[in-house]
Amino acid sequence: MTGGDMSEFHSRTVHEVAGLLSRGECSAADVTEDLIRAIETHDGAVRAYVHLDPEQALADAHAADVARAAGDDRPLLGVPLGIKDVLNVRQQPCTCGSRILKGYTALYDATCITKLRDAGVTLLGRLNMDEFAMGSSTENSAYGETRNPWDTGRVAGGSSGGSAAAVAGQLALAAIGSDTGGSIRQPASFCGCVGVKPTYGRVSRYGLVAFASSLDQVGPLTKDVEDAALLLEVLSGRDEMDSTSVDQPVPKYRDALTGDIRGLRLGMPREYFTEGMDPEVEASVRAAIEVCREQGAEIVEVNLPHTEYAIAVYYIIATAEASANLSRFDGVRYGARVPGEDPIDMVGKTREQGFGEEVKRRVILGTYVLSSGYHDAYYLRAQKARTLLRRDFDQAFTRCDAIVAPVAPTAAYRLGEKKADPLQMYLGDILTVPANLAGIPGLSVPCGATTDGLPVGLQILGPAFCEERLLRIAHAYEQASGGRRPPPSMHPESKGAGS
Amino acid sequence: MTRSPAAAFQSDVGLEVHVQLKTASKIWCGCPNRYGSPANSDVCPVCLGYPGSLPVMNRHAVELTVKTGLMLGCEINRYSKWDRKNYFYPDMPKNYQISQYDLPLCIGGAVEIDIGGQRKRVGLTRIHLEEDVGKNTHYEGRSSVDFNRAGTPLMEIVTEPDMGSADEALAFLLALKEILAYGAVSDCNLEEGNLRCDVNCSVRPAGDTALGVKTEIKNMNTFKGVHRALDHELKRQIAERTQGGAIVQETRRWDDEMGVTSAMRTKEQAHDYRYFSEPDLLPVVLSKESIDEISSTLPELPKARRMRFEAEYGIPAYDAGVLVADRALADYYEAAAAASGNYKAVSNWVMGEMLRALAETGTEITGCRVEPEALAALVRLVDEKAINSTGAKEVFQEMFERGGEPQGIVEARGLAQVSDTGAIEALVEQAIGEHPDSAQDVRNGKEKALQHLMGQVMRLSRGKANPQLVLELLRERLSPGA
Repeated sequence: MTGGDMSEFHSRTVHEVAGLLSRGECSAADVTEDLIRAIETHDGAVRAYVHLDPEQALADAHAADVARAAGDDRPLLGVPLGIKDVLNVRQQPCTCGSRILKGYTALYDATCITKLRDAGVTLLGRLNMDEFAMGSSTENSAYGETRNPWDTGRVAGGSSGGSAAAVAGQLALAAIGSDTGGSIRQPASFCGCVGVKPTYGRVSRYGLVAFASSLDQVGPLTKDVEDAALLLEVLSGRDEMDSTSVDQPVPKYRDALTGDIRGLRLGMPREYFTEGMDPEVEASVRAAIEVCREQGAEIVEVNLPHTEYAIAVYYIIATAEASANLSRFDGVRYGARVPGEDPIDMVGKTREQGFGEEVKRRVILGTYVLSSGYHDAYYLRAQKARTLLRRDFDQAFTRCDAIVAPVAPTAAYRLGEKKADPLQMYLGDILTVPANLAGIPGLSVPCGATTDGLPVGLQILGPAFCEERLLRIAHAYEQASGGRRPPPSMHPESKGAGS
Repeated sequence: MTRSPAAAFQSDVGLEVHVQLKTASKIWCGCPNRYGSPANSDVCPVCLGYPGSLPVMNRHAVELTVKTGLMLGCEINRYSKWDRKNYFYPDMPKNYQISQYDLPLCIGGAVEIDIGGQRKRVGLTRIHLEEDVGKNTHYEGRSSVDFNRAGTPLMEIVTEPDMGSADEALAFLLALKEILAYGAVSDCNLEEGNLRCDVNCSVRPAGDTALGVKTEIKNMNTFKGVHRALDHELKRQIAERTQGGAIVQETRRWDDEMGVTSAMRTKEQAHDYRYFSEPDLLPVVLSKESIDEISSTLPELPKARRMRFEAEYGIPAYDAGVLVADRALADYYEAAAAASGNYKAVSNWVMGEMLRALAETGTEITGCRVEPEALAALVRLVDEKAINSTGAKEVFQEMFERGGEPQGIVEARGLAQVSDTGAIEALVEQAIGEHPDSAQDVRNGKEKALQHLMGQVMRLSRGKANPQLVLELLRERLSPGA
């Protein structure tokens, strides 16, 4: 147990709290009450949560305590988690940061929610995000932007910005997010927490509101690597309800956290260390890689020659799929409805008023790239380029066991700084989208800070279904660099220039 | 000699037939696939297109489509895939339909039709599988949608433009329906929308090799509607061309009440469906073994069965046609024929009394109380002259209404045929005595009078006299020399 008042459960990790609970040193109600208090005190500045039902959360916590008293010893019994507002939780709202889903109440639990419940987890509240996960700053939410707890004048990253900010800001023990082009890893990097984007097919997508179906994955955002391993193990596995989930055995991920990375070959892709990168970010990442070398890893240089096409390929494929995925939001069956003269008019008006600017931009782009006459030039060509990007990784992984790189070219930028220039925002995804396009797992682990005190993340990528290896490297680095970083000071006067 | 405008043109017709498959559950979810439930009761997050829901393929729907392909001589694609067809309509839960675009399950194949005694082959382009949509109802200032139908497995059979007339199109639909019913892939109930059809048609000057500009006709609910719509549309196109006009490529809507087609949308207004591969489903990979397994379940098809009926049972082509048209009826016939051995007599009974009684009572042959063995026994009683035809019909009616064995009914009702010469002779005498004029007419060689007297004897015997014996005795008694 590391410092802090015994009652300050909110600053602890999942595995610490699970230990306290199982040893009877505290109750689930104590933990949940403490977290609700922290949220009520600090979330006004961070704005991570879009929905919180304290009564329900406490009732669930009490139920967990009763179950434990009756002999229930599930490992995560009574551990409260925050959930990105993109995952369906029965009888809770699920707005995806959009006006168009205002008033929608989920009818069912997403499979990953069922798995968490089966492990004993209780659900604390719903976390903000860019509308339909489209964005890299959580400024594109119809319910207001989320701010970075390290400097509330800056963005939390996105699209799982609410999840990352809640975890970093000690407003959640851990959170579940989704990553389509970096939406877990980049906010984890901006906020200084651990984020895992699992292999495509590792975690069921059933109940995850789709942005780009061939790229989306659900994953954890946590305070340390051990929590990431713990939660990934709960989330993973084949689901009959998701045909793209893969029937691969789920390892005991925590067993991989040996601290031993001797002999592992870590590849540094030349293309991921290019001009335009913030020198402080680059310095932090290189320093972290040096720590890995000191721990016995071998550093090799690798090439990912098609990286320059990744952004274009990603924004064609993701928007094409999104244009179809978001068609169902029409006001006919659920969510917001704007009346019209006839059903067609009603659908048009509902979408016009229900979607935000960025979502409209991407739906139109996706519609365009699939249109007759343009389909082959854009969509088909992007699919071919996607194959080349995938082969880049296959090739690279013959020379190394994992790839190490920055997560994003910069640390967290100021609120509003890139909002007016979508292309600048898109370019910030260059280092994360290739993993989604290739379907491989990626992880972001904190690796120091800029002189402004902004967190920087080290990204580790591996071959499909090699999450154990990524966790082992991240954990070894985390331990060698002094363990989990202390959380940001959340005193009101430390707040930045946020509006 | 001037040719009629119609003779100067050749028509080319192609069909797109949508067939609802007979599976227990829907194509992407576990909701029941059935007709007639209260609106929006057979639904779940998947078939309502709720956020986050994902489709899971119903293997049985794929198997039924492959089975159809095998019955129709298609090539089965060992690797096929799913695509999204994008368009907005309030009856579409996701506003895209999961269908198959460039790699359908079945390619090619054909259906043979009979046109004026001539066999003709109508080629198929492809068969693919997709999901049905919900059903819109529009009221004054209000619309409603019932999503029970959404997600019903829907097989689309696309033909080549091989039909030359409305008659050929109708013949195709009837032949196709017969095969689909034989394979038990669909209930083929038109009233419940199991079979729906869009038509593509064009006309060209006779002798031209290139097809004319086509129109598509939608909104026909019955096969008769398809025939009428096509007849109307082909005549309209010919009239247009004859007057020097041009056909516009467009979609037209059939108005069954008015009996006309009218323009719905032109090619320029046509949907751009923006097809792309469905990322939520894996491609369908069929092993040779799995196709062989489906192959082994194929039923004998109507055409082969008709030929076998003619050869094996020695019945006329007409009989074979009537019996085979309904798979269950043909099954019934085969069971009765096997039990009887008098194939033609059984055929007469099935095509005559049985079909009449079924039609009158609105019963299906599968629910008929007359066991095939009982019908065979009845035929035997007639053959053995233990009962005459009037009595036999009475026995049949009794069996049809209440079931049972013919022998028991004959005994219970005293229907056994009287072949006792003495008894019949007495009745003959009585009839002659009561109708001396007729007797005289017979003696004078009037055959008609003989029939009259015969009827009198049968009446006196309450139908039980052996008619053959009555006739012999009457002739003997009233011969000119007697």
